Amino acid sequence: MAAFDEMLPETSGLRKPYRAYDRWLKEQDPARLTQKMEDAERVFRKTGITFAVYGEQEASERLIPFDIVPRIISGQEWRRLTQGIEQRVQALNAFLDDIYHRQEILRAGRVPKDLVARNEAFLPEMIGVRPPAGVYTHIIGIDIVRTSENEFYVLEDNARTPSGVSYMLENRETMMQLFPELFQQIKVRPVENYAQLLRQSLAAVRPEGTKDAPTIAVLTPGSFNSAYFEHAFLADQMGVQLVEGQDLRVVDGHVAMRTTEGYKQIDVLYRRVDDAFLDPLTFNPDSALGVAGIMDVYRAGNITIANAPGTGIADDKAIYSYMPEIVEFYTGRKAILGNVPTWRCSEPDSLKYVLEHIHELVIKEVHGSGGYGMLVGPAATKKECADFSAKLASNPSNYIAQPTLALSTVPIMTEKGLAPRHVDLRPYVLVSDRIQLVPGGLTRVALKEGSLVVNSSQGGGTKDTWVLDD
Amino acid sequence: MLLGRTANGLYWMNRYIERAENMARLVDAGLRMALTRTQDASEEWTSVIISSVSDVAFANKYSEYTAANVTDFLLRDISNPSSVMSSIETARTNARMVRTALTRETWESINEAWMALKRMLAKPIDERELPAVLDAIKRETALIRGAFYGTMLRNEIFDFSQLGTYVERADNTARILDVKYYVLLPSISWVGSTLDNYQWESILRSVSAHRSYRWNYDATYKPSNIADYLILNGRMPRSLAFCYRFISEHLNLLADDYGARHACHETSTKTRSLLKVGSIKDIFDAGLHEFLSDFIRDNTRLGNEIAQDYRFY
Repeated sequence: MAAFDEMLPETSGLRKPYRAYDRWLKEQDPARLTQKMEDAERVFRKTGITFAVYGEQEASERLIPFDIVPRIISGQEWRRLTQGIEQRVQALNAFLDDIYHRQEILRAGRVPKDLVARNEAFLPEMIGVRPPAGVYTHIIGIDIVRTSENEFYVLEDNARTPSGVSYMLENRETMMQLFPELFQQIKVRPVENYAQLLRQSLAAVRPEGTKDAPTIAVLTPGSFNSAYFEHAFLADQMGVQLVEGQDLRVVDGHVAMRTTEGYKQIDVLYRRVDDAFLDPLTFNPDSALGVAGIMDVYRAGNITIANAPGTGIADDKAIYSYMPEIVEFYTGRKAILGNVPTWRCSEPDSLKYVLEHIHELVIKEVHGSGGYGMLVGPAATKKECADFSAKLASNPSNYIAQPTLALSTVPIMTEKGLAPRHVDLRPYVLVSDRIQLVPGGLTRVALKEGSLVVNSSQGGGTKDTWVLDD
Repeated sequence: MLLGRTANGLYWMNRYIERAENMARLVDAGLRMALTRTQDASEEWTSVIISSVSDVAFANKYSEYTAANVTDFLLRDISNPSSVMSSIETARTNARMVRTALTRETWESINEAWMALKRMLAKPIDERELPAVLDAIKRETALIRGAFYGTMLRNEIFDFSQLGTYVERADNTARILDVKYYVLLPSISWVGSTLDNYQWESILRSVSAHRSYRWNYDATYKPSNIADYLILNGRMPRSLAFCYRFISEHLNLLADDYGARHACHETSTKTRSLLKVGSIKDIFDAGLHEFLSDFIRDNTRLGNEIAQDYRFY
């Protein structure tokens, strides 16, 4: 399967967005570049940008490998992506509002009722609740893959608590430290105002009646969480408190944090804790990560929770397959960004097809994430396929299947020079009274030759993503 | 505005950084004494262990007070919560927890110290490498302090950090003195004997004050001067008076900022006035050991009061 290389496609020559970079690269001494690769690793270790890998006791803190070759997107490509993303995000929020109120899309029969009603990500507690400013999902990561010059697909929507934005920012910071001269020669649009935009965006969705400068805090499960670095990073960059469940309690109908001078009210909580752990009184009673009673405060309209509880129903992989219908239903237009064709294994015909073609397909758990519990058919052994078929047949509605896409490649720097590797892209979207994107995102790259799995927990790395100012 | 949990993290982060450095200093003094004396090295190592407040844990693990056992226990052993490795690990865990309160330079210096020491203390230390390892520990903590003083805003974050440093340091100095208080007592000591000279030097070395002592007092060691230096001298950065000068200063800054005084202010004021007006003769007359025991107890109480008054938990 020949993949489209974004720098140097087989059919045509060097692509335009890469011209200036290529010129610069050819002037570089290979030894210097090798040195820069080592410098990059040192920078990351020193800053402590690590992530924890679940199930690996030994290396509890690891680095996500960083590749020094940027992934470059032209201004024109970016504009097109932006339109598609904005449309999709608008639809996601409209869908959530509908699902928790009138459920018109279900009545119209465009999305099966059962799929929503029997979905774990659907929170009955949210029925009839309208979040401050009417926004459900405030911070969204849309995973996009490319298969040719003009074909982009949305692989996944992340409407709960998308992570990775700190890597987008630190990757750029690192590149500017390593290659300041490159940024003089090539006009790359900046991403560093992300934290500022995030703070403004969160402030804009404060509860009604709150003062103009609301108190914002980031809620983390704690320093042992795999994304703790990012939580601390964002709180720091925004200049707001980083709180844990143990710091919070409900005081006089508001959520408040324990400070050295007593309890202080919080107006907007950017939570990086899953729904189930948010409120032990409403959800998982064993949770020590959340705040007892926060859902009552929320329903009373006295705090903004970003993202709102229950947004998972919009990024569920079973719902995903209906996104083209959802986009059309709420925006009245065809989706600008396509979906990857998806077989829902809950449907008998699809299941039959999937079982027969398992060695060609990618099969994912409906609620899975992080690349866990999935099967990449073409890369799997006969036995792995057989084992997976058995799992699939015993619980079909837990799975969806997609064709193995020829994800585009971008070169990485190896000891033997440039070598193409598959990539995806996660731009980050902020929703308040408007929709905003910083020009860029997180490019994840499968570092193993031929591999299509880009997840950091499965040996993926990252690249700086440049959107050109052209 | 500062979270109580963050104040707690800052306080303990600094206590543990200070502790790591003090452990290295103690081992350094022990090593020096063991090298310059042929007999009774085990006695010196015993008092090193007692000063480090880990005598019970040590005795549970080892029967002999040898250089190898003691250095391993105080530098590398992670079952000893006050060993250098444990201290740096705890300091970093706290730093990670309060990361948003620290400048990038401060966090990186702690993270780098942790990486360096983890590597250095991974395997038992070869006797020949010990001086270099001790130097490296002191250098790492000095770098942290440099980054901290050079870049941190002088606000409540700074105040809670400093409180941790000085409460820990005061405890450390008081314990070193208390372990050897008897060699400072005039009734038993006879001036000029080699034994006493050696013991006194050991005390001064434990707080890296053997050279500065000569600048401030005399070339010969005199017990009342040593006690004066480490207890009452406001210019000596490891003396009890010095520690309490800064503890009071930072508690007062907090009181001004927050507009409220608490039990901890009363305790620190009381201790400080004792150290300010007291003469070393009065302290000796009333009993050095009693003075030090009271001090250690009050200092511990102060730590608890700070935690309570500022809602650490």
